[in-house]
Amino acid sequence: MSYYFAIVGTQDNPLFEYEFGTSKQGGDGQSRFTEQVRHLNQFILHSSLDIAEEVQWSHGQIGRGLTGGGSRNGRYLKCIDKFFNNYISCFVTGGNVKFLLLHQPTTPTSTASSRSSTAIGANPTSPATEEAIKMFFMEVYDNWVKAIMNPFYKANMEVRSPIFRARVAAAGRKYL
Amino acid sequence: MAASKASRIGEEIWKTRIDKVNAELVTLTYGTIVAQLCKDFEDDYPEVNRQLDKMGYNIGLRLIEDYLAKSNTMKRCSNFRETADMISRVGFKIFLNITPQVTNWTADNNSFSLVFDENPFADFVELPDDGRAQNELWYSNILCGVLRGALEMVQMQVEAHFISDVLRGNDTTEMRVTLIRYIDDELPPEDD
Repeated sequence: MSYYFAIVGTQDNPLFEYEFGTSKQGGDGQSRFTEQVRHLNQFILHSSLDIAEEVQWSHGQIGRGLTGGGSRNGRYLKCIDKFFNNYISCFVTGGNVKFLLLHQPTTPTSTASSRSSTAIGANPTSPATEEAIKMFFMEVYDNWVKAIMNPFYKANMEVRSPIFRARVAAAGRKYL
Repeated sequence: MAASKASRIGEEIWKTRIDKVNAELVTLTYGTIVAQLCKDFEDDYPEVNRQLDKMGYNIGLRLIEDYLAKSNTMKRCSNFRETADMISRVGFKIFLNITPQVTNWTADNNSFSLVFDENPFADFVELPDDGRAQNELWYSNILCGVLRGALEMVQMQVEAHFISDVLRGNDTTEMRVTLIRYIDDELPPEDD
């Protein structure tokens, strides 16, 4: 299982990206994207932005915690797009910044979906995977809020903080 | 006055006589000031440090009045050690709700360190990664100015500066305060 995570700002500008692999089931946390497709990840991810917005607007009010935990703003849109074996999950913050996670199961989905596997990520649309990704997004969201509270951070600027990167990595290790 | 008594007084004043504001308001307001100074002086960090110190000095000149009014049950400090305890356990307590440790006294009792275990100004802050801010900017430098200004109004000329800051990657945040002299009351010029 390989993941590519990106944060996209309100002007559809990329703010942060991070690539990692699963740490569950003995995974070593390294991504397994092949060299041929690695550079396509960005295209696949960003091409799902239109769908993200469509889903976002079709739910009516913006920024209401429909699926988010408790009273918090920010919405988890679950898996919104699929391109061959790449699945895109999305989370929209209250400030309309989008967290996009591309996940690519190592096994082809045709076999994985027929047998419902318990491994997180083996079946990208299973409730267990959705829940794990939600937890990941929630943790990143908490850290995101802290990162942009930094007085030296300007709105819609690229996030370069090594601390934030480390925390995203930790969240990835913990849940995915 | 015993340190424990100072703590009690600080706690008492903090609980009963201080208007509270949201901590994030303070953090973000101060952060904005520092960020704006960095912008205005084009990342000339030594100059930003000076400006922060100057702003603090002007705050200190007035803040001491507020401090004395709120802690009106207290007497004059009998020595510099007592002053240090009061700064930490009453001053910092009532204005920022923190109690920095007073430590590292020199043998002549004229110089000590304030070690900040927590610093409400520095929440969320990461210094700019331009390779210089980490070595040049003292983010909380306004506090040095406040101490200098406040103590000057009570006849103590001090010098205060930070020597380490967790924001720079140091283990502690430490400010060095040194008494230069007690300012004698100057007599008005005689009418001849």
